[in-house]
Amino acid sequence: MARRESARMTLDATGAREISMPIPVAPDMEIVATAQAAAVGEFIEMPRDKIDEVKLALVEACINAFEHAHARDDRVHLTFRVGRENAREFLEVEVLDRGRGFDQASIEMPSAEKTFSGRQKRGWGLQIIRSLMDSVAISSGEGGTRILMRKYK
Amino acid sequence: MSEVCRVTAERRGDVAILTTDGYINNQGGEEIARQAYLHLESGARALVLNLERTRIVNSIGISILIEVLEKVMDRNGRLAFCGLTPTIDKTFRIMGLAQYAAIYPTEAEAVGALSSP
Repeated sequence: MARRESARMTLDATGAREISMPIPVAPDMEIVATAQAAAVGEFIEMPRDKIDEVKLALVEACINAFEHAHARDDRVHLTFRVGRENAREFLEVEVLDRGRGFDQASIEMPSAEKTFSGRQKRGWGLQIIRSLMDSVAISSGEGGTRILMRKYK
Repeated sequence: MSEVCRVTAERRGDVAILTTDGYINNQGGEEIARQAYLHLESGARALVLNLERTRIVNSIGISILIEVLEKVMDRNGRLAFCGLTPTIDKTFRIMGLAQYAAIYPTEAEAVGALSSP
């Protein structure tokens, strides 16, 4: 697969390459974000199905920020980073909002039983993100929320 | 930018086949539900949702698909999915849809399984 010219990246001090972009809190902006994720994934020749997993996880992270963060700047700040760990290339996506944060311990785990009994149809975002990505780190507080998720090629 | 999900419908006997093209978000899910309920009201006993032209969904859209599935089950009908990308298949399994709806690789297999003998 040809590497995309549009995926131009800067080289940071650690040798990782990254692109940053803010997106406004607005309908369908998560799809704009997925286009960038796909470009960066193709840059490292990540298989299409893995790129699709990154895209779907990113959609869920963006939607969570749009719906729950109440970001002071009405933006979600995205960074797409490629790097290498133990000879394995990876695509890492950072989703950062400057919102009100949340208490991770207060999040009720979803389940098919609760979903299909009608009690809780929503609330699957974090579970989907954790299931589709290879590693996920979440930090949240009064300054906002940062989700760092990584997929190995 | 607007990412519209187009939904087309076809009826084969008492099986309604809905084919999606594009992003299944809340609007996409609602359009699927609208067309599904029209077919259920007009006598369809089974629904096949063909997602072969959809590569991205979100959990809001899926939650609406779950409501459609519940309505079909309430009527003792059947619902099957086909044409799922590996990522959408995986997400449906995470959210438990696969416990309540069958998933087939192709539309022909799904329709064959749901058609009356």
